[in-house]
Amino acid sequence: MTRHTTRAALGTGAVLITSALALTGCGSGFSGGGDSSSEGLTSSDDALTVLIGSSGDAETEAVQEAIDAWSKESGTKVSLQAASNLSQELSQGFAAGKPADLFYLSTDQIAGFAANGSLKAYGDELKNKDDFYPSLVENFTVDGEFYCAPKDFSTLALVINSTMWANAGLTDADLPKTWDDLAAVAKKLTTPEHVGLAFSAEYQRLGVFIAQSGGGLVKDGAAIADDDANVAALEYVKSHLADGTFAFAKDIGAGWGGEALGKQSAAMVIEGNWITGAMSNDYSSVDYTVAELPAGPAGKGTLQFTNCWGMAADSPNQEAALDLVEYLTSADSQLAFSKAFGPMPSIASAADAWTSANPELEPFLAGADYAQFPPNQDGAADVIADFNAQLESLKTGDPAQILDSVQSNLEAVVE
Amino acid sequence: MAAHASPRRGRASGLRRGEAVAGWLFTAPVIVILGVFLLVPVLMALWVSVSDWAGRGSPLSGDVSFVGADNYAAVLADGGLATKDFGTALRNNAWYVLLVVPLQTALSLFLAILVNRAVLRGRGFFRTAFYFPSVTSSVAITVLWMFLFSASGAVNDVLAWFGVNGPNWFNDPRGILHLVLSAFGADAGPAALTDGGMLGVSWWDWFAGPSIAMSAYILMAVFTTSGTFMLLFLAGLQNLGADVDEAAMMDGANGWQRFWRITLPQLRPTLFTVLTLGLIGCWQVFDQIYTGTQGAPGKTTLTPAFLSYQTAFKNQEWGQGAAIAFILFVIIVVFTLIQRWALRDRPVSRRRIRAYEVAEKGAMS
Repeated sequence: MTRHTTRAALGTGAVLITSALALTGCGSGFSGGGDSSSEGLTSSDDALTVLIGSSGDAETEAVQEAIDAWSKESGTKVSLQAASNLSQELSQGFAAGKPADLFYLSTDQIAGFAANGSLKAYGDELKNKDDFYPSLVENFTVDGEFYCAPKDFSTLALVINSTMWANAGLTDADLPKTWDDLAAVAKKLTTPEHVGLAFSAEYQRLGVFIAQSGGGLVKDGAAIADDDANVAALEYVKSHLADGTFAFAKDIGAGWGGEALGKQSAAMVIEGNWITGAMSNDYSSVDYTVAELPAGPAGKGTLQFTNCWGMAADSPNQEAALDLVEYLTSADSQLAFSKAFGPMPSIASAADAWTSANPELEPFLAGADYAQFPPNQDGAADVIADFNAQLESLKTGDPAQILDSVQSNLEAVVE
Repeated sequence: MAAHASPRRGRASGLRRGEAVAGWLFTAPVIVILGVFLLVPVLMALWVSVSDWAGRGSPLSGDVSFVGADNYAAVLADGGLATKDFGTALRNNAWYVLLVVPLQTALSLFLAILVNRAVLRGRGFFRTAFYFPSVTSSVAITVLWMFLFSASGAVNDVLAWFGVNGPNWFNDPRGILHLVLSAFGADAGPAALTDGGMLGVSWWDWFAGPSIAMSAYILMAVFTTSGTFMLLFLAGLQNLGADVDEAAMMDGANGWQRFWRITLPQLRPTLFTVLTLGLIGCWQVFDQIYTGTQGAPGKTTLTPAFLSYQTAFKNQEWGQGAAIAFILFVIIVVFTLIQRWALRDRPVSRRRIRAYEVAEKGAMS
C-alpha cells in the first residue's frame, strides 16, 4: 500500500519537475552570454518583429507604412505590434528570451537593459551615424558605447495663447528674453480667469529653469543636484508659484500644460512639440504661437526628449534590423513621421526641410543646440520620480532641502 | 485550501490497490496545474528574490548567482531610495488597512443587520443595491472615482453647496493628520519625531495620516467591499437560531445588549472571515493604484504591491521586486495570525464569572 503511494507521489513529482523544466526551459532558447559588442551582427532569413509604444493611430499607421515600404524593397517580412504597456512588454520579452527584434527604447530604460545584456550596441554600424545630433548620440551612449539610433526627438519651448497675448497689449517685441521678462509678462497675463504661465510639477518641465541657471543633475559623470544654480532656479519658480503668476497644471485643474492651454486656464505653458497634435485635435479654436524659452543667468536652456530604435541582443536577424533602422531614420521617413505625429527628425540633414515645412515650430528645433537631457544612468528614473514627488510641494517646500535629497539619491546611482 | 485535514484520512484506510492509483490519477491534473502555475512560480520567485537575475533569459541559467539577503537588505536596511520607497509604501498601506478594515467591517455588519430585518419593506431591493458596487469591476469604479473626485468633480460641487472649498483630491499630497495639525499652526514636527524614523521615513511622516488622495481610495474600498461582506454577515445572521435571542429578551436584555452580548459573539466565525479577507485584500491593494494614480501625488498612494510591480517591471530590479512581494507575504501572514489570536475562543474570564455569580446570588436572595 505504502509502496504505491510512494510511487504515485514520485510520479507526481516527476511530472511536476518535468513541467517546471519545460516552463523554465522556454526561457533558455538562447544561450545567455552578455554579448553586446558591436561586432558580428547575426544574419538569417527570419522575419522581424517591431514593438512600438504608439501615441495613437496616426503614429501606428505611419510606422506601418514605412515598414511596409522597406519590407517590399528588402523582401524581409516584418510584423508591427503596438504595445499597450511598452516597458512591461519589453521586460517580459527579454525575460522569456523572445524579445521583439526592434523596439522603441526610452532614455531612462537603456542603462538597465544594457547592463543585463539585452541590447545590441549597433550605433557604430549605422551608415548615417554622423548625421545624428551629437547630444542625441550622447543620450544613447552608455559606458562609451553608442547603443541605438535616435528615432526622433522633441524639445520644450514656450507656447503662448495668441489671443490673451494680444489682449494684454503685448506684441512680438515683448517675447521674454530673460527671467525678469518672463516674470513680467506672466504677471501681465495673469487674470482671475487664468494664470500667466503653467507647467507640470515635474523635473521634465522645471528642468528648463535649472538648465538656464547653469545647473543640471549630472555633469561629467558626477551628481551636481545640490548645485547653487539649481537652488536659484527652484527659488525663482517657487517665488512665482507663490505670487500666483506661475502655477502647476494640476493646481488649475489640468492634467498637463497642453490641457491648461487648451482649456484657456493658462496664457503660456512650457511644453514640447507633441502639444501641436493635442491642440489641433482637441482645442482647434485656440490660437497659439511658439517661442524659444527665455535665457536665465547662464544663458539659454531647455530639455530634450527622445527615444531610440533598440535592437535585441537575442535577435536572430540583426543585419536586416540594422537596415530597417537606417531606413526608418532616413530623412524621408523621419519627415513623413513628423508630418503624421509631430516629433522632429533626429538627423541634421533633415532640419532645413523640417523648418520649411513647419516655420511656426522653428523654436522647438532651435532648442536642439542647447538642450540638456535627463540623466540616463541605471536607476536615475527612480531618482527623478522621487524628485518629481517632492516638486509637487515646491510651493511650501525648501528647494535646497529637496535638492539635497536628490543629490544623495543620485550619488548612489551615478558613481 | 482546507485549513485542516479531516481526522479520518489515515494512510492505509482500507483502500484497495486499484483505488489508490485511481485516486492519484484523478487528482493528478489538479496537482499538476497547482504545481506548475502556483508552486513552481512561487519557488522561482523566491529564488529570484535571493539572486542577481537581471531579467534576461531564465533565472535558473548558469550565470545567475546567489546573492543572499542583498535584495532584502536593499529594501529593508540600506537607507537608500529603495528603502525609503518601501517605507513610504508601507506607511501608506498601513493607514489604508487601519482605516478600511474597521470601517468596512462595521459598515457591512450594519448593512447586514438592516437588510436582515423581516419588517423591512423591499429587502430584496436594498440587498441588491448594497451589493451592486461589489459586482462592478474595480477598474470601472476607479475611473468613476477619478471623475467624482477631480478638482472640478461632483464631490467638490456638492461640497461647494455647503460653502466648503473641496480639496484637489487626487493631487494633494498632504497627509490629513498633518493638515489637521497645520490648522493649529503646527507645520513642522518636533525634533523627537523628525529626527528618528524607520525605513528611511521619519516618524513625523509615518504619522502624517493617509493623504487626501489615499483617503479617496479608502472611501472607495469601503464603498466597494462592504456589499460583499454584508452578504457574508447576512448568511451568518440567518444561521443564528432565534431561541437564544428570545431567551435574552425574556431575561430583559434590551436591543443594544442583545446585539453586543448575544448576536456579535455568535457571529465570531463570520467576523473572523471578514476581517481576514479584509486584511489580505487591503494589504494587496493594486488595481486601483495601477489604473488610478500610480503612486502620485508625492508617492502617497504608493503601496507595496504596486511598488513590487514597478520595481521589477519598470526599473528592472527583479530581485528587489520579488523581495518586496515576499515581505508583503510575511506581513499578511503575521497580521492574520495576530488577528486569529485576538479572536480566539477564550474561556470566560474570572472577572466575568464573578459578575454572574454576584447576579445569581442577588437573584437567589
